[in-house]
Amino acid sequence: MPSRINDFAIKLANVNGTGSASANGLIMQAIFRMGVPVSGKNLFPSNIQGLPTWYEIRVNPKGYTARALDYDLIVAMNAQTYKRDVAEVRDGGFLLYDSSWPLDDELIRDDIHYIGIPLARMCNEAFAAPRERILMKNIATAGALIELLNIDAAVVEQLLEEKYGKKKAMRESNKKALKLGADFIKNNFTYPLEFHLKTMHANDDKILIDGNTATALGCVYGGATVAAWYPITPATSVMDGFKEFCEQYRKDPETGVNNFAILQAEDELAAIGMVIGASWNGARAFTSTAGPGVSLMNELLGLAYYAEIPAVVVDVQRVGPSTGMPTRTQQADLLECAYASHGDTKHILLIPANPNECFHFAPKCFDLAERFQTPVFLMSDLDIGMNDWVTPKFTWDDAYTPDRGKVLTADQLEKIKKFNRYLPEEGTSIAARTLPGVHEKGAFFTRGSGHNKFGGYTEIPDEYAEVMDRLLKKHKEAAGWVPAPIIERRLNEQGESAKVGMITIGGCDPAVREALDILADMGRPMDFMRIRAFPFHADVEEFLASHDYCYVVEQNRDGQLCSMLMLETPVAKDKIRPILIYSGFPLSAKHVIDAVTAQLEELNAIYR
Amino acid sequence: MPSIVKPLVTHPSLVRNNLGLTIRDYEGSMSTLCAGCGHDSITAAIIRALWELSTPPHMLAKLSGIGCSSKTPTYFVGGAHGFNSAHGRMPAIATGANAANRQLTYLGVSGDGDSLSIGIGHLCHAIRRNLNMLYVIENNGVYGLTKGQFSASSDVGSKSKKGEANKMAPIDPIQLALTLGATFVARSFSGDKAQLVPILKAGLAHRGFAIVDVISPCVTFNDHEGSTKSYKHTRGKHHVATESDFVPFANEIVGEIGPVGATTIQMHDGSSLRFTKVPEGYDVTDRMAAIDYLRTHQGEVVTGVLFAEEGVPEMHEMNNTPAEPLATLPFSKLCPGSSALEALMADFR
Repeated sequence: MPSRINDFAIKLANVNGTGSASANGLIMQAIFRMGVPVSGKNLFPSNIQGLPTWYEIRVNPKGYTARALDYDLIVAMNAQTYKRDVAEVRDGGFLLYDSSWPLDDELIRDDIHYIGIPLARMCNEAFAAPRERILMKNIATAGALIELLNIDAAVVEQLLEEKYGKKKAMRESNKKALKLGADFIKNNFTYPLEFHLKTMHANDDKILIDGNTATALGCVYGGATVAAWYPITPATSVMDGFKEFCEQYRKDPETGVNNFAILQAEDELAAIGMVIGASWNGARAFTSTAGPGVSLMNELLGLAYYAEIPAVVVDVQRVGPSTGMPTRTQQADLLECAYASHGDTKHILLIPANPNECFHFAPKCFDLAERFQTPVFLMSDLDIGMNDWVTPKFTWDDAYTPDRGKVLTADQLEKIKKFNRYLPEEGTSIAARTLPGVHEKGAFFTRGSGHNKFGGYTEIPDEYAEVMDRLLKKHKEAAGWVPAPIIERRLNEQGESAKVGMITIGGCDPAVREALDILADMGRPMDFMRIRAFPFHADVEEFLASHDYCYVVEQNRDGQLCSMLMLETPVAKDKIRPILIYSGFPLSAKHVIDAVTAQLEELNAIYR
Repeated sequence: MPSIVKPLVTHPSLVRNNLGLTIRDYEGSMSTLCAGCGHDSITAAIIRALWELSTPPHMLAKLSGIGCSSKTPTYFVGGAHGFNSAHGRMPAIATGANAANRQLTYLGVSGDGDSLSIGIGHLCHAIRRNLNMLYVIENNGVYGLTKGQFSASSDVGSKSKKGEANKMAPIDPIQLALTLGATFVARSFSGDKAQLVPILKAGLAHRGFAIVDVISPCVTFNDHEGSTKSYKHTRGKHHVATESDFVPFANEIVGEIGPVGATTIQMHDGSSLRFTKVPEGYDVTDRMAAIDYLRTHQGEVVTGVLFAEEGVPEMHEMNNTPAEPLATLPFSKLCPGSSALEALMADFR
């Protein structure tokens, strides 16, 4: 096999709770610092200690960062999953294992190479404390990988320095373990492997960050002051991040007070209630949750919709239904969020595809929530939220001012004769609101019960319908304010765009783009559209109308985005071809190509 | 039913409070509850308490859940911001509202269904946070709006209108609040306005969570023979444990000595709660004493301020938030800006 520089995938099979995450992160970060396009996917169990966990690293010179599914090297550190791990190595690939114990015969394949390192034995000899012996096995493995993959040792050393600067003992242990692994490779194997790394400069303006941290930072920059939440995987790190950034940026330098409040609620019912209460009082407030939390929030989301109170909900989607698989990824809350709550309701969804969009969409959520006086969802998912992504450095425009929407000041209230909460100016769909404590003329009674345009209680049919009709109009109007879809047309030599489109959302983005490149090489060019919001922007309808048919790639069983497109646009049902990959791991281009190929074969069979 | 507006004509001789407002200025729209409903008496007591305290109407946030009791905020202080939220969720809404603006006066009105069944979790946690608000439970032992089901405060053996006896043990909001660490705990009776008004005033002045359980008979579904929440039963079993006066800072009277066991609790805002009658050996600042007293008077409707403790940190103090509302902090104080972001990016390399 010819040598492959910066183009391979490795998978590390570990037992969770053994410190593997820190070793894996070290390798990932070192590759990032070498300027090589890289992605890391953590495939972990809903458990703290003892169950199988995998970490995949893919490097690619062209910047394809979706999962590869084709592993050149598997580091098998978990006897529980040996069999499965051995089977996943590609033909001619490598398996690195702990040779302190012999491999069973059934684990021997004659089409792959074995790299046995007596990791446990070496670490038992080198380290005294039992916990350290376990932790350092992972670091020794990292040491071996440095040599096998040609990772820049100086970069690794620098990272250890930064991480353990003051903790000298930890730093020394790590260095010692790294050397154990590296020396064993040097003394026993040919290195580096035929696939390995070489310094590039693809990451000069980039950072390595997970989506939840990015969302948290976006909430700080967007001016959120009240955050209410209930712990839930995979959204917990949003609030962890928010707290950390608030400690850093929101402690008043003069008084030392906290210019924020983080309320850990008793449940998600309360979390959204707190957000609504705070927003009613004029604060920018949000909650972070996942599908099960949104299920509980449904009741009050209807209240916020009907009483027209802003609320921002960050939904880091995981696998449902019910408890489902909390540590696996899906985009299966689209319908739940778009139409959350009983009665006629419609909400605004922003759907980021990467941490950069998480950061920029968060302030946008607050702007839209306040402008349209309604709940807005940031629809992240576990893959985006909890995995580290290489993404362009975040920038901030200091000219940004929050869009607080129509809120009457004391002066404005002083001048008006009578305030009517739900009576917009002629020809508009949004009525001004008032905040408690500003002026006596602004007082009104907020209610989730039937109300007329003046804000009074009503059970009169026409009065009820009038308000509901305006709410629908308002939601439609939001289509002009949400982020437009990303559309990339694959023009032919005549400058015409492709006849077929491929539509996707969120974290599917890198896999779909890679698949489209491969499909184009196969003579199947398709245009690309990534939808970034609901209600659908006008460009979405235009894209659907201008293609013979469109594939829709999403990670759920029921084609939720497909359903929404069919419900909310005039597109004909037979123009939508769902590609649904929903088993819980991040998407690979292979999944998409296989699905397209299968559908094409089916079509060929019909029309032959 | 659309709300009914009262005539605005006021008699010139009406007394005015420190803000120059008459008691009519603290009224709301006409009640649509049944004639004789205990809740309307509580509404009248709330109106008087707020008027006497000279609370600026627009600085009052009145919140409620769902149920007959939760309708009542419409009937008082029309000039206040009201929020009739969802069944049981009022404490959560109030928590968020209070977090955003600590300068308003928060008054929540709830019922036994709202507080002791569907919303009991929220009530418990609002108590734990020592949320600075007055929380009034209009307790009638029955679901009125859905026509007469037992609520969680129904006593064992208490009979429904159809004659069915309740078998499950009641949840007593007072004992619940005492065990959860509530910092102001009182019970009263809708039929005793003289007792209720000073209790409400003290509850409003209290810094922290003040819970006032008011027995408030439902004339339509729970005022019959065999009910333990009827006017007759409550009057018969009414046991006034403590008597107290709320003394605003400006009108403090010194030198008057109360009977045995009398004590004065200094409130955070300078006002005081002066007890004129306390049973011998009863210390209103001793949580266990209150629990003991209730235990030894089972079967009676024990009323009065039963426990009060000033100086316990409320939610904002626990969170070290600024004195001004979080909601009105200027954006420049909230957004770290582009140069901070640029510096931060180095941490993610």
